[in-house]
Amino acid sequence: MLRATLKSLLSRKLRLVLSALAVVLGVMFVSGSFVLTDTLNRSFTDLFTNVYSGVDVSVTAKEKAGSPGTLPATMVDRVEAVNGVEKAVGQVNGSARAIGKNGKVLTTAGAPRLGFAWTGDESQIEMRDGTGPKTDTQVTINAFLASTGGFKVGDQIELITLEPKKKFTVAGIFGYPGGRDSLGGELSAGFTEPVAQQLLLGQKDTFTDIKVTAAAGTSQDQLRDRLSSELGGDYVVKTGTQLAKDQADQIQEGLKFFNYILLAFAGIALFVGIFIILNTFSIIVAQRTRELALLRSMGASRGQVIGSVVLEAFVIGLIASVVGLGAGFGVGALLANFFATFGGGNLKLAGIGLPMSAVISSFAVGIVVTLIAAVMPALRASRIAPVAAMREAATPDRPLTRPTVAGALILAAGGTAMGFGFVQQSLVLIFGGVLAAFVGVALLTPLVSRPMVSLIGRLLSWSMPGLLGRRNSARNPRRTAITAAALMVGIALITGVSVVLTSATASITKLADTQVRSDLIISGETGADGTSAHFAVDTIDKIKAKPGVRSAFGFAGEPALVNDEQSWVSSVTDVLAMQQQFGLQAKEGTFAPLGATQMAISEDYATQKNLKLGSTMRIQLAKGEATTFTVAFVWAKSQVMQGMVLSSSAIEHLRIPQLNNAFVQVNSGASVTDVQKSIEPFFADNPEVSVQDRSAFVKQQTSQFDTVLLMIQILLALAIIIAVLGVINTLALSVIERTRELGLLRAIGMRRAQVMRMITVESIVISVFGAVLGIAVGTALGVATVAALKDEGITELGFPWMTMVQYLVVAAVVGVVAAILPAIRAARLNVLDAIAYE
Amino acid sequence: MGTSGVAASAVDVWKSYGSGDAAVTALAGVSVEFERERFTAIMGPSGSGKSTLMHCLAGLDDVTKGEVWIGDTKVTGLKDKGLTELRRDQVGFVFQQFNLLPTLTAEENITLPLAIGGRKVDRAWFDTVIDTVGLRDRLSHRPTQLSGGQQQRVACARALVSRPEVVFADEPTGNLDSRSGAEVLGFLQKSAREFGQTIVMVTHDPNAASYADRVIFLADGLIVNEILDPTADAVLETMKHLDAFVGAQ
Repeated sequence: MLRATLKSLLSRKLRLVLSALAVVLGVMFVSGSFVLTDTLNRSFTDLFTNVYSGVDVSVTAKEKAGSPGTLPATMVDRVEAVNGVEKAVGQVNGSARAIGKNGKVLTTAGAPRLGFAWTGDESQIEMRDGTGPKTDTQVTINAFLASTGGFKVGDQIELITLEPKKKFTVAGIFGYPGGRDSLGGELSAGFTEPVAQQLLLGQKDTFTDIKVTAAAGTSQDQLRDRLSSELGGDYVVKTGTQLAKDQADQIQEGLKFFNYILLAFAGIALFVGIFIILNTFSIIVAQRTRELALLRSMGASRGQVIGSVVLEAFVIGLIASVVGLGAGFGVGALLANFFATFGGGNLKLAGIGLPMSAVISSFAVGIVVTLIAAVMPALRASRIAPVAAMREAATPDRPLTRPTVAGALILAAGGTAMGFGFVQQSLVLIFGGVLAAFVGVALLTPLVSRPMVSLIGRLLSWSMPGLLGRRNSARNPRRTAITAAALMVGIALITGVSVVLTSATASITKLADTQVRSDLIISGETGADGTSAHFAVDTIDKIKAKPGVRSAFGFAGEPALVNDEQSWVSSVTDVLAMQQQFGLQAKEGTFAPLGATQMAISEDYATQKNLKLGSTMRIQLAKGEATTFTVAFVWAKSQVMQGMVLSSSAIEHLRIPQLNNAFVQVNSGASVTDVQKSIEPFFADNPEVSVQDRSAFVKQQTSQFDTVLLMIQILLALAIIIAVLGVINTLALSVIERTRELGLLRAIGMRRAQVMRMITVESIVISVFGAVLGIAVGTALGVATVAALKDEGITELGFPWMTMVQYLVVAAVVGVVAAILPAIRAARLNVLDAIAYE
Repeated sequence: MGTSGVAASAVDVWKSYGSGDAAVTALAGVSVEFERERFTAIMGPSGSGKSTLMHCLAGLDDVTKGEVWIGDTKVTGLKDKGLTELRRDQVGFVFQQFNLLPTLTAEENITLPLAIGGRKVDRAWFDTVIDTVGLRDRLSHRPTQLSGGQQQRVACARALVSRPEVVFADEPTGNLDSRSGAEVLGFLQKSAREFGQTIVMVTHDPNAASYADRVIFLADGLIVNEILDPTADAVLETMKHLDAFVGAQ
């Protein structure tokens, strides 16, 4: 029996390859994710070990109100006086963004844009050209900034810090040992110490941290313990090793999330893979009916038949896992290199490794997925009666009652799980519900396949080959249905997300047009490195002085400690202008200018935090003492503005006492464009900040959805590729199955081109059927999600019509592409051999 | 060649498979003409080359040496496109089994060669053929709803409906019981006699061969005998001699 199975397996290499390919791709995705994140993890660990290699111990002020604190200059001497300290150097670090020669701010893909005080310690760096900064108008930049912005020694460079752009001269360019331009893709500029303190910290004679070198004979740990006991609890003392580990851990946390996302998409790809393998095995079992029946009639037991199919699946799963693991290693290495070169920019990769997690998950996933897919066909194979060996035709089509009932039940269960998932905000329930819904729909698909296929096919059957193709696709509803259902999954997910995003865009646009009276919005871009742009508070007064401006106000926000919990705190310059432009209504109390220790809150916030008029909260901002704020009024529920605001007097206590954004309303009759032109010059020296009218602002805000959609499409491409493999597989197996028919058609005069057209039509019908299913299911998922998110502000329902049409067209193209190989194979059949084919 | 009285002919046709020592010669210089409007049967024991001869005549297989003609068309040397058109327009086929497309109705199967070629159906001729094979009330049935004999009659109708130069039938009764077989053979005979359809049939059944106007006998790749207006007994007698002849070699 074992030998018979293996022989049968080997004699059908093509179908082995095709069904294994689906698993290979899924496993590749899984192992590739692990290899990628593992390599990046180790690279970042190396990076931070390198960064902190010159630091024995570092002293920083305890974090205050969620923002890093600063140290007075006197602390340096205090630290240096401690026994065992060889040297203590005050460091200044902050954000400094250079402006490129085209006037735009230079960005990174996530690495920081740093400004620092040049300490003259060149042990960690290599000077490439020039010197350190000698005067207050000089900077020395790293080679990566020099190459990114095209700067040479002697060039002018503009930098944005806490203050708007300032002009400097490049005094020197430095790199790192090993010819590296940066440590990990960061852009950095070193100022003289006083300039760095003023521009990066906003305060003379302060430092962000003190880098301590231990005297000979004192270990890092000893020095740390000594410093913490000498300095007291207001300071954080860490060893360089600890700092490197902390930073690496933080990055690893982010990468872990990234890995989960990749694995989720790998899961979807494998889910689709199950459909393909299931279908392949079903077809193979159907084609082997006589062979299996012969084995049965010769005395093979049911168990042996099941074993034979399961063994075949196991071998395929095993081979696919090995190949997928290898391919995943390659893909992971490729992506890591891509990330290092383009994504992170200049990250030095640690060697590509094969983590155990990749090996284990590859084999587990590859084999388990294949076995799951083979269970049903194996059971079916075991039910083949021995007498089938003597019969001419294959088993007739079984009734669709059972799959239909099962499908309806599973679909209902999936829908219920999704509903609970939304209520309990459980991603696992939602995701599981969606997958169950897919399975349910897939089981229901054979039922709708006959009418649907005949409808789609009618569009393509103007000629005889077209008609035959259409009839062939309607021939085996289960086979067509599963093949189409595989394609459905990917398209449904994209359509679902697309419906939600389109609805969100529609909701935001409607909200902005109906409830926001601001005509102009001033906002800054947020860099990939987390820096946000800001501008001076007095800009608001300058704007208000311009003719045509009715009102203007701005927000400044930062994390702070609210009742000892870290939370985001906003300050508004003019609460009345906010009320007026955002159309807010008072719920408790009345809108009035806020006093220095007063706050205003939204109804939602009041309910959530159990606050009312006159309640107090203790808020510790970045600077100054903790203050008790009293609720002066509560505004009624609003889609535009939720949360809490402090008075404008709180702004000066923020770490960055500047505004993040501002809103301007013009007088009725005044031209928005004219006002925009008149206030734009205020931001001429701040290219990170832009003034936009309302619709442009909304468009910019919603354009990020396009990026989300694009990312999802790219990640789902694999699921769709696997589905296309499924179409190819089904067609190829059908071609084999219908060899005699093809031979007959050729014998009675069908041209090769006509044979190819016939196969292509069948392929297009299956693909378009899958796309139609996907769009329908995706729309249902999207509508359900939008309904569930009604309270989150998605009040409008929008449909991405263009996108849907595109998917249909893509599906037709996919159908044509998938048909190429099977069609060529069919057309190349030798007529005589085909007629004689058993 | 291509004289008006000949529908198909082979001129010194050789066919061998393989090469060197392993080469097998299936046809060793066969020359034969099939006159128009006649029903010819090709007989011979297994391995005599009768099927090969038919395949070569029909353009399903190429010859190693010699020439094959269908009507005025020289089949030898035609490329796939030419062969396809030849099969579509000038040749009809009836095979032993699995003759029909399961997705099409009987009527669609019959008109398939015309549909493939984009030609119109001659309704009058179609009706004549249908009535002759007696399938009028089965036209909308699918092949699985027809008996074996009915299926084979559909295949015969399909071969005739495009009025080809020659209909080639490869053991058309091989899979049928004797009564259904007789119906099919009777129909083929009638087609030749009443409609003037040239028919070439390969068979190993003397009784089937007796429906033909002429029987040619093949052995070891050569034509060794021929009978006009055969009876089953005459054919059987000749076959016996043939076996003796083959045995003597």
